[in-house]
Amino acid sequence: MADVAVERNSAAPVPKVRKRGGLRTALKRKSTAAFLMTLPLILLISLLVIYPAFYSLHLATLNKSMQRFVGLGNFQFLFTRETFWLVVQQSCIFAITAVIFKALIGFVVAHFVHNIPAKGQRKWRGMLLVPWVIPPAMSTLAWLWLFDPSYSAFNYLLAGVGVDRIPWTGETGWARFSVILVNIWVGAPFFMIMYLASLKSVPDQLYEAAAIDGANWWQRIWYVTLPMMRNIIAITTLFSLIVTFANFDIVRILTAGGPLDRTHIFATWAFRIGIEGGDIPLGASVSLFMIPILAIAAVFILRDINKRGNEA
Amino acid sequence: MADVTLRKVVKRYDEVEAVRGIDLDIADHEFVVLVGPSGCGKSTTLRMIAGLEDITDGDIMIGGDVVNDVPPKDRDIAMVFQNYALYPHMTVAENMSFGLRLKRYPKAEIKTRVDEAARMLDIVELVDRKPKQLSGGQRQRVAMGRAIVRNPKVFLFDEPLSNLDAKLRVQMRIEIKKVHQKVRTTTVYVTHDQIEAMTLADRVVVMNNGRIEQVGTPNELYHKPATRFVAGFIGSPAMNFMTCKLEDVGGKMHIRLTDSIIFPLPPARAERYKTISRTDKLLLGIRPEHITEASPHPEPGVEPFDVVLDVIEPMGMETMIYFIMEGAEICGRVNPNADARAGAPMRLAMDLNNMHLLNEASGAVI
Amino acid sequence: MTSTAVIDKSAPTRTVKLRSMSRDRTWALRWSYFFLTLFAIFALIPPLYMLITSLKTSAEISAATNPWWVYHPTLSNYVELLTSNQFLTFFRNSALVSIFVVTITMLISVPAAFALARMRFWGSATLATGVFLTYLIPETLLFLPLFKMFVVFGDMTGIQLINKWYVLLIVYPTLTVPFCTWIMIGYFASIPKELDEAAIIDGASWFQTLTRIFIPVALPGLIAATIFAFTVSWAQFLYPLVFTTSTDQLVLPVGIITTLIKGDVFAWGQIMTGALLGAAPPLIIYAFLMDYYIAGLTAGATKG
Repeated sequence: MADVAVERNSAAPVPKVRKRGGLRTALKRKSTAAFLMTLPLILLISLLVIYPAFYSLHLATLNKSMQRFVGLGNFQFLFTRETFWLVVQQSCIFAITAVIFKALIGFVVAHFVHNIPAKGQRKWRGMLLVPWVIPPAMSTLAWLWLFDPSYSAFNYLLAGVGVDRIPWTGETGWARFSVILVNIWVGAPFFMIMYLASLKSVPDQLYEAAAIDGANWWQRIWYVTLPMMRNIIAITTLFSLIVTFANFDIVRILTAGGPLDRTHIFATWAFRIGIEGGDIPLGASVSLFMIPILAIAAVFILRDINKRGNEA
Repeated sequence: MADVTLRKVVKRYDEVEAVRGIDLDIADHEFVVLVGPSGCGKSTTLRMIAGLEDITDGDIMIGGDVVNDVPPKDRDIAMVFQNYALYPHMTVAENMSFGLRLKRYPKAEIKTRVDEAARMLDIVELVDRKPKQLSGGQRQRVAMGRAIVRNPKVFLFDEPLSNLDAKLRVQMRIEIKKVHQKVRTTTVYVTHDQIEAMTLADRVVVMNNGRIEQVGTPNELYHKPATRFVAGFIGSPAMNFMTCKLEDVGGKMHIRLTDSIIFPLPPARAERYKTISRTDKLLLGIRPEHITEASPHPEPGVEPFDVVLDVIEPMGMETMIYFIMEGAEICGRVNPNADARAGAPMRLAMDLNNMHLLNEASGAVI
Repeated sequence: MTSTAVIDKSAPTRTVKLRSMSRDRTWALRWSYFFLTLFAIFALIPPLYMLITSLKTSAEISAATNPWWVYHPTLSNYVELLTSNQFLTFFRNSALVSIFVVTITMLISVPAAFALARMRFWGSATLATGVFLTYLIPETLLFLPLFKMFVVFGDMTGIQLINKWYVLLIVYPTLTVPFCTWIMIGYFASIPKELDEAAIIDGASWFQTLTRIFIPVALPGLIAATIFAFTVSWAQFLYPLVFTTSTDQLVLPVGIITTLIKGDVFAWGQIMTGALLGAAPPLIIYAFLMDYYIAGLTAGATKG
């Protein structure tokens, strides 16, 4: 034992102790470097995302001048307001309807694009994605002009076939329809592109095998396409649910919440109260109501992403 | 150019010991192949020599210097990876010269070295292409070129041929051997393919379970395996093993394979095995080429026996035969003209001059 | 003889079947084109209508002629906007903000993604998940506390950030960095590990591995992330609406909406022109880099 050690020392003049220390510092150096490289990211997230998120919890417990702690007073006040319940209702209708139609239209259009010869797909895909590319604030302006009470280009067409002019943004029902329509117009291409990518990843052999097994067109979609796309459909839908639920631009520009607050959703109402009305705590309280839905969707998305990670 | 020495090298991942204390001396200019089944620690050992893995315990020396803490770039080694690891955005020439450019070699020298290596590997006309435009074999050459231009102390190869098809593999094997004969750089080569190991190596290191089973020249390993693992791993088809007992019949030592099959041992063998207890559980190891059709004029030590064949595989220059003996499937090699038919009885002969006797419990070859 | 008869008999049925299949296929194709045309019209109506209106004079618009046709095309709206200092200021602010935000985003997310994809360290997995979660937090949740934070910050330090265009350089990265980091992690993780090992053996430092191997190899991802960061900063509406109010500090979308819409007097020709010009940069990028754009779009869910 002793001469083994001696032999090692003669062969390796570097003492063992230094070696271990060196290794540890080397490891430390690598993880220190890695930490430094992520430091800006960590600072950004903690200072400008996590801190404000908690700060908004704190704000929600203050009175309008932000000098007095009122506990849950803001929430109590909200619950007594009829507008608040309208906003809750409208947010849910808005998000759920829009997401369902976006998903359906996206799915159908993706299939049509997938159906045509590969050569022309690029062109069609290119045109169909345009609504997603235009900044929503800009395209909503075009819709606003298309929906204009006196000059509506749609009403002009409808008048041509003898239909009365439609108060696109002037009447509760139509205004709700309009904001949802614009939202679908903006968001459906995103679904289309996700589904198309996912459709392309389904191996052709599966369809051929299904065809040989005697599956018809509908059965092939039900038993092959949908199960293969399940994950993408889930993630895209949840994702869109978050974005739609938290939407601001479209409602703000198209109706600004009107008529009579009937199209307000959480974000636009929070803006109205917090910025335009100057009651930041109450506005923060309103926007906090988005959290439960967002949290639920986020949990499901995260689960899917992790599942995918495990499969890979 | 340098020798490489491993002293009691250990690699532990959390709870798992991947390499359990390896001692190995690799001489200057030597071509050493580490071979073993997957998970035996051969790649880990290579990566520790490269410096891509920290060593948990022990020492690694290159050219007499302990390199345990030396980062890979200062070890003066070059490595060829299984999937070539060519930089996809660089041309062949840029791939080969990347290391030299990082070390700020003069442009002229880089060009000379790249040209020389390209000529040696016969890829001169490819130097301006991107890896994507190359075939598997060409990529392999570029990966070797990248190692050669560095003119390192040691070449490390990590299963460089496993991504190639069988034909190309044989061709590249010869190519690697040629390159080594030219540049004479100390080489450590990892593979799971024992044929690659046998054909390339000056010395083969057979590893199993994080330990070295045996080190030797290809011939030593083939003819004098030290353990059952080596005996079974080297050679294809693999060596047959059957349980056996030593018995004394009429004052001569015999080996009993089944109730009916018992052979006298050749005198040299009998002499070697005379101290073994007759009650020990033993294994007879015999390679397929030593089980052949019986000839009318048997040489001494070649003993005939009868079996019923199970399966035959005609290979052209020979026919492989399979039969069951005491529950074990035994493989033999007969002349294609011998009358071997599946399901039919056949008289075979076993060349006991080339037998191995193993202790069943320890796996050691006696 | 008999065998040929059999073949003769089966031949017509087979061709009939083939023909009917190809006819099915043709009809499926026709229907596909028909519906695709409908959807394309739906998708392209608003931008086309922007273009139509932008070519009209205010007189033609208020005359309520056929809104889908331009009787007296004119570029006067374009000339007017492109020579208006105010509009050019909006454009400059938007361009400055987007370019700076893209730079900041890349400087933060590329090294972070590299560290998270390759240099495992304590908490790196949690951080990667956290990055993704951050991406899911919408800006509508944070604008009020952020606004208040900047007000308090101004009161405490005397540095007024509210109503300065560069405040957007601080808040926009919260929208761009998480997603860009996330997709860059995906791109970096798909680079084979042997490639960085080869680089290390070739003598490259971590930094050189990043700049000379990873960034060039993951260039498509980098371009996709850049496009994403640019389009997000260009299109952002809520933050500039909240944080900037003086006309010289506004970015394009907010500028058009707050200055061109004056009460009920809608200068629709100019508004549509402005909207079209505001939509142009993303559309041009999209037209030229469509594949990268789409790669970035789908990367969030398909990578990682």
